[in-house]
Amino acid sequence: MDAFLTSRNVSDILFGLVNGVVYGLVGLGLVLIWRATRVLNFALGAIATAGAYLGLGLLSFHVPFWWCFLLCIPAGMVLGGLTERLLVRPLYGKPEINPIVAMVGLLILIEAVVGSIWGTQNRSVLPPFSYVDFHLGANVVKLSPLALFQVSCAVVLALAIGALFRFTNLGLQLRASAVAPEVSRLLGVRVSRMLTLGWMLACGVAAVAAVIVSSGFISGLTPSGMEGPFAAGFIAAAVGGLESPSGALVGGISLGILEAFVTDYFNPNLVLPYSLLVLVVVLMVRPHGLFTRQVVRRV
Amino acid sequence: MIRISGLSVSYGAVRALRDISFDVPTGQITTVIGANGAGKTTLLRTISGLAHPAAGSIDFDGTELVGMRTEEIARRGIGHVPEGRGVIEEFTVLENLRLGALHGRGKLAAGLETQFELFPALASRRRQHAGTLSGGERQMLAMARALIGEPSVLLLDEPSLGLAPLVTRDVMVTIRGLCVERGLTVVLVEQNAMSALQVADRAVVLHLGNVAADDRAEVVRADENLRHYYLGVAT
Repeated sequence: MDAFLTSRNVSDILFGLVNGVVYGLVGLGLVLIWRATRVLNFALGAIATAGAYLGLGLLSFHVPFWWCFLLCIPAGMVLGGLTERLLVRPLYGKPEINPIVAMVGLLILIEAVVGSIWGTQNRSVLPPFSYVDFHLGANVVKLSPLALFQVSCAVVLALAIGALFRFTNLGLQLRASAVAPEVSRLLGVRVSRMLTLGWMLACGVAAVAAVIVSSGFISGLTPSGMEGPFAAGFIAAAVGGLESPSGALVGGISLGILEAFVTDYFNPNLVLPYSLLVLVVVLMVRPHGLFTRQVVRRV
Repeated sequence: MIRISGLSVSYGAVRALRDISFDVPTGQITTVIGANGAGKTTLLRTISGLAHPAAGSIDFDGTELVGMRTEEIARRGIGHVPEGRGVIEEFTVLENLRLGALHGRGKLAAGLETQFELFPALASRRRQHAGTLSGGERQMLAMARALIGEPSVLLLDEPSLGLAPLVTRDVMVTIRGLCVERGLTVVLVEQNAMSALQVADRAVVLHLGNVAADDRAEVVRADENLRHYYLGVAT
């Protein structure tokens, strides 16, 4: 068992998990927004970064880590809600390129504002967990308490989002507003609130992803630090299927693990080409993604 | 009672409803009939707040509905089964019904029991996705979803569309039963004029956005001129 856990392949899988859950969470955020409003939110990474900076900026006022961590989520949610209300809502019903241009503009604006306030240097915000990997006798398992915390955060959040959508009345209304807004209104659902809430949830999820990135000992977070995870999250969402939250999560984790294997066995510079190759192959075989369920309709 | 006064609705240059006025009495079935393009669906969509009138008012028991949001109108007890039924295909039968009950007046468990009693075919399909139901079952689901919220008014848009004659007859019988047993007020829009006139108490004939007739259903049914000129029914 020890030999298995410390083997090269298992080490790669464990190493890839941390990045994978970040990609999965970003992908999940993209899917939530796409399903609700049919907008590809290219500013999601930047909104998440701003949420993380707002929350973690409190650390400089000696606010305990856990409060800062918890505040990142509502900070991201508020930014997401404001983006939907002020920027995206006026563009509903307009050509599809309009919200994309608006989101790219917002991405540039947020990165500039965050950079001017907090600077562009890396900020590592270390949670109270060790980054030293666990040991099994003399062997190292490529998993630290910090990595375990990062993965656990993502898993708990994904399960909570899944439960919200599947088991609660609020989730039912969020789903209904996304797929059938007019019918939902006829049934008394306040659809515009649900759409805002969908954006808030998605940006809150992405903010957690940004916090996980910022808690990385080496990388840390910069104003543009979520661009890479956003690109990977986008690929994850497309591979899983833009309609499938679980597909985005599985896609993200798979991509993270693929990255780890390519880095270990081949060359880190080949990570992006390999990821794009996977995307192209998946889209050729299943144009709607791996996990998007085709609605069966009797005619 | 719903009182419609001087209602005009336009889509750009096209005037769908032209200064129409009539009353929908409480606890009765009022059928709105007419040829394609007469403005029937627009009328229901305007009552529900989905279409916005250029002029006129819709008074519902002393409350003005014009200018009110669709969801607020629904929460006041006006259920609407839209053309094409509007069941959410990605949802199961149970999820569709849960959604209908959310902002209604009754409890979900009691509502489910009542609807499964009224539409037994739905009970055995409760975990099935709505997209897999037949046309008749979808119509049942759409009606059950509207009724589970215990509305006082039900707007039905073409409930017989695409249904076999026997199923259409069952739907009409169910609508009549709801009206008689529960005092439900029904506005029934139908292409199939004769089957609608058979169950309705009152009839409003729309022609090119105008009210061509507004009378008791049996009077309209017996009027050969109306049947010939406006309803396309052979005399």
